[in-house]
Amino acid sequence: MSRAMEAGRTLAMGENEAAGGGRKSVDAPFGKALARIGQQRQNIVGLTADLGKYTDIHPFRDAHPDRFFNVGMAEQNLVAAAAGLARTGKQPFATTYGVFASRRAFDFVAIALAHSNLHVKIIAGLPGLTTGYGGTHQAIEDLALMRMIPGLTIIDPMDATEIDAATVAMSDHQGPVYMRLLRGAVPVVLEPGYKFEIGKALKLRDGKDVGIISTGFMSERAIDAAAVLEKRGISVGVLHVPTIKPFDAEAVAEFAASVGQVVTAENHVAVGGLASLVVETLFDAGISTKVTRIGLPDRYIECGAVPTLQQKYGLTVEAVVATIGALK
Amino acid sequence: MTRNSPPAEADIAALKARATVLRRHMLTMARGQGAGYIGQGLGIADALTALYFHELRYDPDNLGWADRDRFLLSTGHYSIALWAALAEAGIIPVAELVTYGADNSRLEMSTLDTTPGVELIGGSLGHGLGQGVGQALGLRLDRSDARVFVELSDGEMQEGSTWEAAMSASHFRLDGLVALVDCNGIQADGPVVLDMEPVADKWRSFGWETFEIDGNDMDAVVATLATARQRNGKPKAIVLRTLPGKGVRRIEESEKSHFFRVDVGQWDSIIDEFEQSVGARS
Repeated sequence: MSRAMEAGRTLAMGENEAAGGGRKSVDAPFGKALARIGQQRQNIVGLTADLGKYTDIHPFRDAHPDRFFNVGMAEQNLVAAAAGLARTGKQPFATTYGVFASRRAFDFVAIALAHSNLHVKIIAGLPGLTTGYGGTHQAIEDLALMRMIPGLTIIDPMDATEIDAATVAMSDHQGPVYMRLLRGAVPVVLEPGYKFEIGKALKLRDGKDVGIISTGFMSERAIDAAAVLEKRGISVGVLHVPTIKPFDAEAVAEFAASVGQVVTAENHVAVGGLASLVVETLFDAGISTKVTRIGLPDRYIECGAVPTLQQKYGLTVEAVVATIGALK
Repeated sequence: MTRNSPPAEADIAALKARATVLRRHMLTMARGQGAGYIGQGLGIADALTALYFHELRYDPDNLGWADRDRFLLSTGHYSIALWAALAEAGIIPVAELVTYGADNSRLEMSTLDTTPGVELIGGSLGHGLGQGVGQALGLRLDRSDARVFVELSDGEMQEGSTWEAAMSASHFRLDGLVALVDCNGIQADGPVVLDMEPVADKWRSFGWETFEIDGNDMDAVVATLATARQRNGKPKAIVLRTLPGKGVRRIEESEKSHFFRVDVGQWDSIIDEFEQSVGARS
């Protein structure tokens, strides 16, 4: 049991929301990366809807105050203003929580951004169970919602290294992007120098009995679970799929064909997101491998301490080990 | 750099004649499909004429000119008026107007930004003003003196995003942003279904310098646009009281003005009547 749980402390606004055990971490990797590339790329502008310090864009704000706009609690206007800025040649990064970017501003992301393929990046905090504030704050269905928008690139990064690399990659990419944000002290799992490429999956571990296909912070848990299972004689591979759209169907099909059975793992409802993409991909490829889904149930989640909720809903390393250990 | 700043003196008679040409184009377009958002188009014809043939700074041969003034038609279904203006401005061929609303036409009944001269996809109401805010912010970062004009409507003010944008425009002191609020009193379900009055007071209370005029009075439109040029730290709102169907008696009197459909024979007689009334005035 974690210290937070022992103390009965709600980590709704807490640090280390995504943290796995014992790894180094980087504070605000998104904001630091944006502030850094903003030095060279003068057309980058930052926007937020009253969540600057809660979405890690404060390093950019502090480094480039003349290019930072806080529009207040107004997510439709956040996206609309970003669209207008893009139409004058700027490259806006707009931050809010995923629940607001997806549920509340959906029409603006779809029509103002994606329909015109504008160069705007939406950075979406509190994905899935990274907050204890309940259904209003937990973006548990944003991947499903956003992947239906034509032309929108969707990224669910696993760690601080990938957030940094993805920030650079999305700046290079002409078109709208939605990235789930891990904020605060974000663990470092991938080595510095890691090359992130939009639309490409990354094999983190080879294995033959079970293949975990995962995205977001579940990829960190997947490799930790695979190490535990290895000691029990179960060979587990891990394919990390940071880009939900465009989806690396080729890598997913190849990986699935190389293992005995597949387990998907995502910090999201187990319908409409990664699990659905994997099942669609395997069906299209004629691969009949069994697929077991690790993800959130098809309902809204209560309030509580983040570690408590992650344990209850099966997103911890222990839960992944238990699920795979019980597979027939 | 190309400059096309408004002339000091407006030729009101010429602008009125141009507005008549725009109206003629719109009747031709609506007759082609037998229907269209002609009531709104005729109502806004005078304001669009004043913009495209007097106030706006743009270059028809260089639509991407960075320092152009922007015009965002937030009510995308008013496209019939925009197509007429863009044709007269030399941006799209006049001969293409008859394709309005037809399959494969660029001249949709609701605007898409793939058509030359269109700065906004305007069909989802409540999008224009916020994008205008973003464009005004971007132009200011570029130290451009270009301005952003956004047309929106009384019914559209019911979309909450309009007020999100209104709040931010005054907060950011976007004095190069001009909202043209077309108050024609109609929306999809008939007469404006929520009372939006007092319209001008709403804009003033959001920190906008606000004017209220007869939007079909060319002298007033031109003069007010000139006043709205001043850079005084405040965004400008011009409340245009317009008559749907303005200039075409039978459309003015129609109860179906939100989307007007009659048969071809009636279009012919409406057009005859319009030409007779224009001839009688000139």
